[in-house]
Parts: sequence; C-alpha cells; structure tokens
Amino acid sequence: MTGHDVVFLLVALLTGGAALLTVTSKNLFHAALFLAVTLAGIAGTFLVMRADFLALVQLIVYVGSVAVLFLFGLMLTRAPIGREALDGQNRGLALVVSGTLFVVLSTLIISTFGGERAAEVAGPSIADIGISIFADWVLPFELLSMLLLAALIGAILLARREDGESGEPMPERRIELSDEPVTHAGAQELPAGDSKPELTAGGDR
Amino acid sequence: MSLVGPLLLATFLFCVGVYGLIARRNAVLVLISVEMMLVSVNINLVAFQNLLFPAEAAVSGQMFALFIIAVAAAEAGVGLAIILNLFRNRASVNVDDVDLMRW
Repeated sequence: MTGHDVVFLLVALLTGGAALLTVTSKNLFHAALFLAVTLAGIAGTFLVMRADFLALVQLIVYVGSVAVLFLFGLMLTRAPIGREALDGQNRGLALVVSGTLFVVLSTLIISTFGGERAAEVAGPSIADIGISIFADWVLPFELLSMLLLAALIGAILLARREDGESGEPMPERRIELSDEPVTHAGAQELPAGDSKPELTAGGDR
Repeated sequence: MSLVGPLLLATFLFCVGVYGLIARRNAVLVLISVEMMLVSVNINLVAFQNLLFPAEAAVSGQMFALFIIAVAAAEAGVGLAIILNLFRNRASVNVDDVDLMRW
C-alpha cells in the first residue's frame, strides 16, 4: 500500500460519504451542498490520478456552475422539506436494485482487475491535451460547441415566462378620483350611472 | 497505485445515483442523482487512461471525460429549465404528479 493508495482512500471515503448524504438528506439545500462536496471530492480523485486539467475543469464546471444552478433550481421551485415529502414509497425497491447492482459490479471488477497495479501513475500534460483536442478531436469538439449553443438557446426558451401564457391575468385596478372615501353602497351604485358628477367634481383640482 | 480503488469508487457512486433516482420524488433531486451517475463514469475513464494506458498519443480517456462533463452541464441546464416550466404549470415538482402522458 503506497502513499498514493492511502491518499486515494481518504479522498474516496470523503466522496462516498458525501454522496450517501446527498441522496439521504432530508433537507434539499443540504442535499445540494453535499452534491458540491461530492463533486469536489471527485476532483480530488482526479488530482490523485494525475489528471490535473480534468480536476480543474471539474472544479470550475461542476462545483462552480452546476451546483449553483441546482441551488437556484431548488430555491425557485420552493419544494417542501422533510423525508416523507422527498422520498417516495419505493425506497426499499431502490435499495434492492442499487445494492444488487453494486454487488454484481464490484465482484466482476475485483475478479477482473483484482491484482492489477499501475507501476507509475502518469498522465498527459496540459499541452498534450490541447494538441490532442485540435489534432485528433476537432470534429467532436466543434459538434460539442454546437450542442452547447443549442442547449443554451433551448434552456432560455423553455424557462422564459411569456406574457399571458401562464399564471393569472393581471387584476384590473380601478383608480378612484374623488377625495371622500367611497362607501360600499356608493360603489354598488356605480353601474347605475349616478356617480359621474362625483368623479368630475374630484378631478377639477 | 491499485486500479481497483477508483473502479470501486465509481461503482459506488453510480449505485448511489441509481438509489437516488428511484427513491427521490423531487424532480431536482432526481436530476442531482443523474448528475452523480454521469460524473462517476468519468472516474473510470480517467483511471483506465492514467493507470493502464498512460502513453497513449490521442488522450482518449481524458477527452471522453471532458466531453461527458460538457454534455452533463448542458443536460443540467435544459433539465432545470424543464423543471421550472413544470413548476410554473403544475405548482409542483413531484415526479409522481407528472402523469399526463401515462397510459
């Protein structure tokens, strides 16, 4: 067990614990903040595996923007807080499905890669990554920029509130021009057409 | 460094995401679980790249991880826009309430 393994174990424990708290937390905001901790922990595992560029991208994109986006989403939707409101009836089913999946996958991984050890951990440098993007991966890169543009426009179009499309119509406001307080009976007589002199009397000042 | 550690961490995160996807009712929390599943795959890609094939010329593993990060960010934006629209029309983000197209 080398130093790499020890550091990785610590980071992995932090990440896994935060992930568990993310899906079991009773408070929505705590769940989103634990998600941020999980994503930062994943950036830490990238650092341990010598993927510096990816760790920084992970920090900027996920912790910096996606976690904040989720916080905004939670605040804008005013969801109720509490375990019964957040979790459905099928918690047992979820536990069975994910537990079975974890057991099957981990036994397969251990039986396949059980004794595999990397002699040295080495990643490509940032210069290598940059050259590779514009030499080998140009077309996917450009397609990705088109996808981001389409997603940006689509998100704006979906989230924009259009007038008269949703919600109640604006309540009609009536401006009273007279000084004296309008009594209830006077307001009811208004359709009869008798209150017009009052309006003109109040309006000549 | 052992290869099993990152792979097991990625598996654990993926399964936690599956649990959250099934158990949660709030649509934003469901989206958070999906994000966690997407991110966990990146650990696998980076582990295979840096521990097994560190000298590959086209940096495939890290490049795939970068693309996944970008696509996941786009997915989070569009998903939250849909959820906001849902909340505006239904006054609820409970995924059990959205059964208009169920048959």
